[in-house]
Amino acid sequence: MDGRVADHAPTDHRGDAAVPHPLVAAHDLSLVFDAADGPVHALSEVNLSIARHDFVSLIGPSGCGKTTLLRVIADLVKPTGGSILVDGGTPEQARLDRSYGYVFQAPALYPWRSVRRNVELPLEIMGLPAARRRDSARAALATVGLDGFENKFPWQLSGGMQQRVSIARALGFEPELLLMDEPFGALDEITRDGLNMHLHELWKRTRLTVIFVTHSIPEAVFLSTHIVVMSPRPGRITQVIENTLPRDRELDMRETPDFLQIAHQVREGLRAGHSYDGATGPT
Amino acid sequence: MTELAVPATRLRTPPAGASLARQLVRGRTLPTLTVLAAIIVIWFAGAVYLNAPRTIEAFERQEIAWTFGQLVEATWSMERPVLPTPAQVFADIWANTVERSVTSRRSLVFHAWVTFSSTAVGFLIGSALGVLIAVGMVHVRTLDRSLMPWVIASQAVPILAIAPMIVVVLGNIGLTGLVPKAIISAYLSFFPVTIGMVKGLRAPDPLQLDLMRTYSADRAQVFWKLRWPASVPFLFPSLKVGIALALVGAIVGELPTGAQAGLGARLLTGSYFGQTVQLWSALIMAALLALVCILLVTLAERLVLAARGTPP
Repeated sequence: MDGRVADHAPTDHRGDAAVPHPLVAAHDLSLVFDAADGPVHALSEVNLSIARHDFVSLIGPSGCGKTTLLRVIADLVKPTGGSILVDGGTPEQARLDRSYGYVFQAPALYPWRSVRRNVELPLEIMGLPAARRRDSARAALATVGLDGFENKFPWQLSGGMQQRVSIARALGFEPELLLMDEPFGALDEITRDGLNMHLHELWKRTRLTVIFVTHSIPEAVFLSTHIVVMSPRPGRITQVIENTLPRDRELDMRETPDFLQIAHQVREGLRAGHSYDGATGPT
Repeated sequence: MTELAVPATRLRTPPAGASLARQLVRGRTLPTLTVLAAIIVIWFAGAVYLNAPRTIEAFERQEIAWTFGQLVEATWSMERPVLPTPAQVFADIWANTVERSVTSRRSLVFHAWVTFSSTAVGFLIGSALGVLIAVGMVHVRTLDRSLMPWVIASQAVPILAIAPMIVVVLGNIGLTGLVPKAIISAYLSFFPVTIGMVKGLRAPDPLQLDLMRTYSADRAQVFWKLRWPASVPFLFPSLKVGIALALVGAIVGELPTGAQAGLGARLLTGSYFGQTVQLWSALIMAALLALVCILLVTLAERLVLAARGTPP
């Protein structure tokens, strides 16, 4: 670990209109867990810059630290070295400002709340009046194509619909940044294709910045403007691939030579990081 | 079209008799009634067996040549039997509930009400205390470490040993009647509520808690919007155990006080004066009261869970 832990005071660069600063900037970021059998280097010297309105996928095998990196950005864990800025401030400041929405691997809906009240949960916590909560929730549910399901309860919906509710919940308070941790990992491929298309349309329409953790190469290539290839032991970034595909995409594109070319590049990147070697990880 | 619709609906709805028969076969009614019938048969037989020695003694004293039929008849109609028959107990209950004014000192409804009121007060105090202790243990690390052994130790002490002390101590500071009994009830009923709620308040999974953190929710919001609603399915089973224990506490509280009212007092006087029929009818009333208490909690549970949209 180097000694740069608290170098960055939460300075506000927001007045700097001339140089548009990146939304997320990590510098030599590292994170070491103390496990029973010695320290685990979950993240090691991660340098990454994410511009506004980008769609960035983090891809790599289990244990490469992609979820950990997302959790550091969300201030759900603290890094042990290096620095990270989110929207010009510390991740904690960004969390307190509610500048990101987080979508987990599982929908994590509250089963005692109806769909509408699940989407209203963050708005309640922010103290919005009931009428505005209701309007925002309705709009967010319409965005994910779930109008008319307001009064259903989570157990009445399919897995794909539940995950769409959780996306609506993250969108309801209009954050600038959407953090998604393998949101479609537990879904079947047909549902997943549909949701990928949906998410792509949503991103194009809203100009959100999305950081998207995935295991799937086609998913990463289809959705992203940039693909960050990561590798395990220690968790690090081995390559950042810029996606040259046009911004407007259709599912059919996944069979075109251009698409396959980029997918090949990602696969090569994973191979170069020895991601295919000890592929006998814990999961 | 209405003319057609009416017979169609009639066809689909089976006649009342058929549905009752189906209910008997498929539901819990028939098994429950079978067990009841078995209990009654064994009870009548037991009455003959247990009352026979004294009856035979009486026959022999009066030098009567008795038959088995006479023996059975006599054992089933003793004034102070070792074991009264279900018929005697039922007749006593009937006489002291339906046929007696509830204001009478011999009315079982009156005694059941006295016991129920201290059960209810004790149950409410105990449940509130149980929830408070659980909330403290979940939120304050020191309480979590220090309190649990005492909570468990409190239940290891036999209530029969503590009840007279509570009654005497409170009697000295002028508290008699309902209050000491309610405190004994509370002492018993807080325990299951504490145990259930500690588990319930810790039921939210890490993702549900992380979600709250991403919203920068404060502790009160995490409690009211996540921990408390997540604990409700754990609360009601605890309350059912709690109210049954509260009833036991109220009855035990009536035993050492020389109380004039309450099912516990009926049990005590019944056993003092060998009034076994009175003893058994008080026992059966206590069992029925327990059933009513549990049904009340179950009803509250159904209403709350239905309002939360829980799957049927």
